Amino acid sequence: MTHEESRETTGPEPHLSPRERERFDECVLPYLDAAYNLARYLLRDGDQAEEAVQEAFLRAIRHFGGFRGADGRAWILSIVRNTCFTQLRRRRSGGAMVEFDEEAHSLEAELSAPEADLARAIASESVHEGLGRLAAEFREALVLRELEGLSYKEIAHVMGVPIGTVMSRLARARKQLLLALGAGAKESV
Amino acid sequence: MASAHVFDRLSAFLDDELDPVASGEVSQHLESCPDCSAALARQRELGENLRRDLEYHRAPDLLRARVMRDLRAAGRRDAVRSRPAAQAWRWLGAAAAVIAVGGGTWIVATLPRERPDAATAREAVSGHIRSLMANHLTDVASTDQHTVKPWFSGRLDFSPPVTDFAAANYPLVGGRLDYLQGRPVAALVYMHRMHVINVFVWPMSDAHEGIAPALTQRGFHVIHGTRAGMAYWVVSDLNAEELAAFAQLLAAPSGKP
Repeated sequence: MTHEESRETTGPEPHLSPRERERFDECVLPYLDAAYNLARYLLRDGDQAEEAVQEAFLRAIRHFGGFRGADGRAWILSIVRNTCFTQLRRRRSGGAMVEFDEEAHSLEAELSAPEADLARAIASESVHEGLGRLAAEFREALVLRELEGLSYKEIAHVMGVPIGTVMSRLARARKQLLLALGAGAKESV
Repeated sequence: MASAHVFDRLSAFLDDELDPVASGEVSQHLESCPDCSAALARQRELGENLRRDLEYHRAPDLLRARVMRDLRAAGRRDAVRSRPAAQAWRWLGAAAAVIAVGGGTWIVATLPRERPDAATAREAVSGHIRSLMANHLTDVASTDQHTVKPWFSGRLDFSPPVTDFAAANYPLVGGRLDYLQGRPVAALVYMHRMHVINVFVWPMSDAHEGIAPALTQRGFHVIHGTRAGMAYWVVSDLNAEELAAFAQLLAAPSGKP
């Protein structure tokens, strides 16, 4: 846990040569908005998202020398999401590392609902509120897919999981969101 | 094939991420299963709602400033000043090529040897950032080119061409006055998805027609062109390809201004 908490700012001085800086401006910097948007949906707080993104960019600057890939967007987004999840884990469990368990994050309703009950799902509750009820891992999948328009392969790269996991996570995220929206509609009647 | 088996695959089917065999199986099943068809429709509707209703949170300017400060600090130990980048020109070459394909009335200039007017680009980027920061994107908010264009008359000593490109998914959202190069200029504001595009326009009679390669500044892409005696500076955080496509529209609007 201690290394989790050590801030990047305490590491060696980040340094970019002029050439690296140009490459950084071209490959990574254009995704600052995407980075903030993801952090904002994961952390659900503007100030914390700003802090996480700045920390992630510092990390990116420090490790940019080792970046050889072509996909700067997936690269920076993976750093951003890891930074955010480190924060979320601290919040969730006082710092202990907890592996995300998709089954444990099922809505109760999901387990018992016949598929037909999903029928009236899209309703009055805003999708924003519905999204807020989902586990961060599901929000992440939906934001990367629907707002960033990433392919499953790119999402897998960002999350650091196999494509099959992306597939099942998105399927579950959509199912849960439909349920959350449906449940919200019932409550508000 | 069992419904439950298909049901779990609808999400990936919707995203066009199934392999051809699996995709074929799902298609075939959907033809005979109203439940799965309805479920697919709901998921599709959900996606549309998300894309329409969820706010895309752009990085606040303060955050952008902090990141830029960290970047500057990371480069500081190196005494050599950053020179115009061969790298940075690369996509601009691509942009110029895209515009060349579009042809139209803009002549594609050969890439100049020296850096384009970096000072103007810097001013244009500052104008773009200001417009987002001060909550002062438009003085006249209208998607109607016939409202925006007359608004400028009486406020400027020239009449900027104003064309709405909504049909190409670059809708006009308004205009405002800005100040660049020591003179008042027209700023036309367009959107593409969630991205704001500022187009600064002012007369430039002596410049030869053409499009100059532009550059990336502070994370924004800038494309500059001259057409019919007007200088155009296009600034956005939109990706280079889509901004180049937009510049192509500006270069050759279907209806003549």
